[in-house]
Amino acid sequence: MKRILVSIKRVIDYNVRIRVKPDGSGVVTDGVKMSINPFDEIALEEALRIKEKGLAEEILAVSIGPVDCQQQLRTALAMGADRAVHVQTDVAVESGCAAKLLLKLVEREQPVLAILGKQAIDDDCNQTGQMLAALWGRPQATFASKVEISGDRAQVTREVDAGLEVIEVDLPAVITTDLRLNEPRYVKLPDIMKAKKKPLETIEPSALGVTPVERLKAVKVDPPSMRSKGVMVKDVSELFSALRSKGLV
Amino acid sequence: MSKILIVAEHRDGKLNPAIAKCVHCASQINGAEIHIAVFSNEPSSVAADAARISGVAKVVTVIHPAHAHALASNIAPQLAEIAKGYSHVFGPSTTFGKDLMPRVAALLDAPQASDIMAVEGATRFRRPIYAGNAIVTVEVVAGTQLVATVRTASFEPAAVGATSAPIEDATFSAALPTHTRFVSISAARNDRPDLQTAKKVVSGGRALASADNFKILYQLADRMGAAVGASRAAVDAGYAPNDMQVGQTGKIIAPELYMTFGISGAVQHLTGIKDARTIVAINKDPEAPIFEVADFGLVGDLFQVVPELEKLLASNG
Ligand SMILES: Cc1cc2nc3c(=O)[nH]c(=O)nc-3n(C[C@H](O)[C@H](O)[C@H](O)COP(=O)(O)OP(=O)(O)OC[C@H]3O[C@@H](n4cnc5c(N)ncnc54)[C@H](O)[C@@H]3O)c2cc1C
Ligand SMILES: Nc1ncnc2c1ncn2[C@@H]1O[C@H](COP(=O)(O)O)[C@@H](O)[C@H]1O
Repeated sequence: MKRILVSIKRVIDYNVRIRVKPDGSGVVTDGVKMSINPFDEIALEEALRIKEKGLAEEILAVSIGPVDCQQQLRTALAMGADRAVHVQTDVAVESGCAAKLLLKLVEREQPVLAILGKQAIDDDCNQTGQMLAALWGRPQATFASKVEISGDRAQVTREVDAGLEVIEVDLPAVITTDLRLNEPRYVKLPDIMKAKKKPLETIEPSALGVTPVERLKAVKVDPPSMRSKGVMVKDVSELFSALRSKGLV
Repeated sequence: MSKILIVAEHRDGKLNPAIAKCVHCASQINGAEIHIAVFSNEPSSVAADAARISGVAKVVTVIHPAHAHALASNIAPQLAEIAKGYSHVFGPSTTFGKDLMPRVAALLDAPQASDIMAVEGATRFRRPIYAGNAIVTVEVVAGTQLVATVRTASFEPAAVGATSAPIEDATFSAALPTHTRFVSISAARNDRPDLQTAKKVVSGGRALASADNFKILYQLADRMGAAVGASRAAVDAGYAPNDMQVGQTGKIIAPELYMTFGISGAVQHLTGIKDARTIVAINKDPEAPIFEVADFGLVGDLFQVVPELEKLLASNG
């Protein structure tokens, strides 16, 4: 069966104003809205479109983390994923460990594509997809803004600093999504009901033969230094003089 | 003692200025011995540039026709091979480094610290999380090799030295994978300064309302010798190409002057300009969040402000 694996990370919603805890132990998460990492929503949308074109048969959504991740997996199922796997753990999972866990699932499920977000908007690591590709010994097409599948290959347009780069990769491969790849669909109410009946498997990391270890310890979390508010000028000539006096124009 | 390997990013025979910033970052680790690795089909000019960066003790070149275009799947296995024996492996936090370094980290089974913005010791670094809304201090377990990308906006470039470091060739017998192939790159070429290194940047948002209207910013930028940036909204709408996007998922820049026209100031945009020396905001909404961070704010219609500003620049030349 032609399968696509999509990873779904539960993160603080991107609209939430982040507050650092006064004791420096992390950021406030109590009572804060949680969502699917925006890049992962795009990954799932892309998988759905590939399936709708008849180029894949099954979409498997995977999330690693505490029991609450199942909410995001249910949303993924409502969006159209066929099946979900929740790798349940309460300890912090570094990108390297997430990649090892995903590799085990890739070996078990044999997907033609693994689509991940290019970065999780909580840790901003931008690592997991590349690490999975390396461990799997397969191609990586990161920061994708266009994906075209033909036969056992994919042509991927990548958003790079210089502009747009096109590469061709043999399948199976790992793709990581950039924001302009697509616009994810909205979940419809009947689909939420249907999603409740879709299979969601829960598995411990140890059952996959992986023990999460912390190799990069977070010592403390600080708020960023704030820029102080400057002055308002009344018109363009005042602005011009201010910049001129600083030697900027 | 720390031994640090930095992978060189280059294009058209020129070393990316981000590498001198990586060297500066690495040199903040006490007693570090710094080497640079150059992967290329024709490494000589890049290697020569790298060898002149002050603080660099050695340059290693890896010559292969496949390195005519930098592909992570080709560079990573060779870089991982060379990187054995180094305590740290650094790359720039550009799309090149972001693509490559995690692949290397996985091959080395090393953890990676992305976007390091400050060095607190050989095992301790600071990096932004949550789009820069929090800064985490991370510590790698002692004795563990560390891979990292360097947030170039946080470091000045290391100086060009008076002497050149030795350049050595490394050879590999193992075949490179063939599963990934370069097809093309479409890079918008212009004579304007490069966005990532420009001293002045003029930037436009959704308010520009069309690609055609963006021309008034190009004109202003040319008058000022500035590069041009854009918000994600402007890029998504097709008013500006993707390589102009500034922010969390675009470019992180630190110019001396950053002027925004019709940009609201979303956190994801601001994270890209936190280190800009002077921020100027022109927005018609006095409540726009951009004014909270601007050194100079002007409430006004950009379509009136830009021509006026250009006129003043022209007459005061
Ligand atoms: C995961 C994620 C990552 C993101 N990454 C980025 C990123 O890297 N970079 C980025 O920029 N955004 C990013 N965004 C998007 C960001 O949240 C904002 O949506 C975006 O920055 C808004 O762009 P804007 O300021 O141009 O548009 P708007 O927010 O629509 O603001 C337009 C502004 O123009 C003003 N205006 C209108 N007409 C005029 C006029 N005639 N003269 C003067 N002012 C006028 C308005 O008052 C308004 O303030 C990201 C979002 C997400 C979810
Ligand atoms: N705990 C997790 N659960 C599911 N997916 C994850 C997890 N961590 C990382 N990923 C995937 O890897 C991508 C990149 O994450 P990161 O390397 O942390 O920036 C995310 O967009 C997800 O697709």
